[in-house]
Amino acid sequence: MSDKKKNIKTQKAPVIKMRGKGVDVFYGNKQALFNVDLEIEKNQVTSLIGPSGCGKSTFLRCFNRMNDTIDICRVSGELTLDNQDIYNKEIDVVELRARVGMVFQKPNPFPKSIYENVAYGPKIHGLANNKTDLDEIVVKSLRRAGLFEEVKDRLDESGTSLSGGQQQRLCIARAIATRPEVLLMDEPCSALDPIATAIIEELIDELREKFTIVIVTHSMQQAARVSQKTAFFHLGKLIEEGKTSKIFTNPLNKKTQDYITGRIG
Amino acid sequence: MTDPKINPSIHTSIEAKMRLKKRYKSERMFKIWGQLAIFVSVSFLLLLLSTIAYKGLPAFTHNFVSLPYDMSEIETLDVSELKKVDYDGLVKASIRAQFPEVSGRKNKKLLGGILSSGAPVILREQVIENPNNRNEPLRYKVPISDFADIYLKGHITDETSYEKSDIAQIILDDDEIKVSFASQNFTLIIEQIKSRLINDAQKLREQQAGLILSRDKMQTKISVIDERVKTEDSLIVERLNKEREQLQKNLKKVLAQITKLDKKAKGFEQQALATGTQEQPLTNKDKSALLYLNEAVIKINAVQNNYIRGKILIPFSGAAPEQISDWRLRVLDMPEASRKFLDQEIVWTDELVAKGYVAKKLNWIFATRGASREPEMAGIWGAVVGSFLTIIVTLALAFPLGVAAAIYLEEFAPKNRITTIIEVNINNLAAVPSIVFGLLGLAVFLNFFGLDRSAPYVGGMVLALMTLPTIIIASRAALRAVPPSIREAALGIGASKLQTVLHHVLPLAMPGIMTGTIIGLAQALGETAPLLMIGMVAFVVDIPGSLSDPATVLPVQIFMWADFPEPAFEQRTSAAILVLLAFLILMNALAVIIRKRFERRW
Repeated sequence: MSDKKKNIKTQKAPVIKMRGKGVDVFYGNKQALFNVDLEIEKNQVTSLIGPSGCGKSTFLRCFNRMNDTIDICRVSGELTLDNQDIYNKEIDVVELRARVGMVFQKPNPFPKSIYENVAYGPKIHGLANNKTDLDEIVVKSLRRAGLFEEVKDRLDESGTSLSGGQQQRLCIARAIATRPEVLLMDEPCSALDPIATAIIEELIDELREKFTIVIVTHSMQQAARVSQKTAFFHLGKLIEEGKTSKIFTNPLNKKTQDYITGRIG
Repeated sequence: MTDPKINPSIHTSIEAKMRLKKRYKSERMFKIWGQLAIFVSVSFLLLLLSTIAYKGLPAFTHNFVSLPYDMSEIETLDVSELKKVDYDGLVKASIRAQFPEVSGRKNKKLLGGILSSGAPVILREQVIENPNNRNEPLRYKVPISDFADIYLKGHITDETSYEKSDIAQIILDDDEIKVSFASQNFTLIIEQIKSRLINDAQKLREQQAGLILSRDKMQTKISVIDERVKTEDSLIVERLNKEREQLQKNLKKVLAQITKLDKKAKGFEQQALATGTQEQPLTNKDKSALLYLNEAVIKINAVQNNYIRGKILIPFSGAAPEQISDWRLRVLDMPEASRKFLDQEIVWTDELVAKGYVAKKLNWIFATRGASREPEMAGIWGAVVGSFLTIIVTLALAFPLGVAAAIYLEEFAPKNRITTIIEVNINNLAAVPSIVFGLLGLAVFLNFFGLDRSAPYVGGMVLALMTLPTIIIASRAALRAVPPSIREAALGIGASKLQTVLHHVLPLAMPGIMTGTIIGLAQALGETAPLLMIGMVAFVVDIPGSLSDPATVLPVQIFMWADFPEPAFEQRTSAAILVLLAFLILMNALAVIIRKRFERRW
């Protein structure tokens, strides 16, 4: 309801935060993505959907160059952040990842205290001048991730002692503590139960105000619930993209229709 | 296989039950085999440990002698002059003072041998260290000789004592003593002599029987020749005659031998018959028999039913009494010829013990001194310090190098042909025999770089080379075991690769790395072969004080001691093995503790 208002507002002046143009990705000799063009609008949630192995996660990982960690992976085409080519040699990957944060499919908190988990990013990027600053960032991030009330008495307990849903929210808090501009989420709810999922989805909607979010999801309901824009991938190709409402109600492509009606996937 | 429609009970049929039974049977068999294997290995381990402990534990104690030294000459000396005193003479004089009856160079030397030849050295050290004890000389304790120690620990011979009440008439005759008794007291000894004589005679008779057999053969051969001579022609007869001559010559010799053996055997047999009624000598191949008459000790040399002749080992304190009614007979099972500790020495040692001068103490010499030719003066401390210094160098070199190499190979190195070759070669190095590393150390460190021979730092370098592959392999395995999600998490919030490794991956891999390192070090601690090549097998008396002093290490010390013939060294070898085992167990326990302590879940 209030989402719709915002939709209208941003529709008027869509700012392109990130853009992929003619992106090809190869794993060794195998091509995983074929000529993908996609624009990510600022302060919007863009969801990438598609059957398993369609390349949506691969595409997501291009945005913060996480694919660099895989030796045999090769990316070509143009990927930009604020019209700046992120695969340019002058772009520092550490800086890029500070600007483009990521939440992974499986909650992966560090085996350290909750506080340390959140404080690690700000610490290495020098975002806090002193302990008070750092405390503030940690509390703010945890609060924004909707976790603070649950863990405020046990910040020095191990992050791994939390439940799955709490761990994932801790990971979100950790990601937003470095104050990124874009937040990439790779199936953040796939390992969680429906209640935890609902909490995270609500959180994503709130986070949209501050961050630009790209989310990969298997659940079409989730895509429909949280995103304003949806891109459908199939066999490494971007089949269709557009406003979520349109994709789910009136898809242009037959394959998209088949997928969202459950005939492929 | 079977159509489920025809046979709906595919999992409940008899065949299925048989199959299930077979599966359970093989499982049971596997379990039994496993338990058997564990039982066998555990029992072998226990056997090994208990043997070593049984042999080695006595070496941790030693009998020390405190004598009433005559300190009159050195009592007033200044402390600085105490170094020059003739402690050798002091020790000799003190032990001789205990047995004033001992005369003759040979006997005096034998008496001096009751104490360790290192006794003057120890006395000197103690006097210099505690000069105030000079007016209480019994406080100075010197080690007893190795054989005396073994005897006191009961490892030289078994023995039996018989208390007797019978009138003994004593006649002294120069060195000899003759004692006659009212009744027959020595049947046991006489029986023993008798059986020895019979045994000897039997052996001769067996020999004789063999000769008789060959005599008979020769005689038949001669008679055959005699027969042939009658019929053959002259040429052959000549040859046969020659042959007969030779045979007859041999026969003569054999006959002579037979009569000689017969005579000898008869002699033994007669002696055996006459034992008891006639005096028989007790040789050093028989069990020793000692007669205790009051304070005097007599070694029995010859025996008859109610009469003995013997040598005085410890004299009567005054004039010998003519008659004694209570006395004691002591039989030592091990014949004097088969042991290195003579009856005389046994008696002297007993006397010292009886006077209260001997006390069994914790063997501080073994715990604090370096190598020595004398077992009672040999200590393990030199080797322990050498091992410690060597291992420290090994750790300081191998740990940082190994971990750095592992991190580079696992986290940073591009996967290409060169890194693959390096990896394969590191794995191969782990399987290279350790002596090869010793040769490498000899060729490179000693010959090419000219580093010190026998020095712990060179030993540490060689062992570091040997341990590196183990540490690298263990560290890589530990790094690989860290889940990639942790790396992704760190990289995802913008940590650099080095930060990711140092802040997140390495701490998680540390328990594994430490375990691998400690196991590698334990392996290095037990290594002998490479150190032999670089001269750490040297006979080092002094405790090494620095990394460049000549030193040896525990396993090499064990190796050297195992080579020495003295039985006391056998004990010390086992004791050193126990010390080494204790070290290894300690290190492995440390590995387990570190592992448990730092184990984290993710």
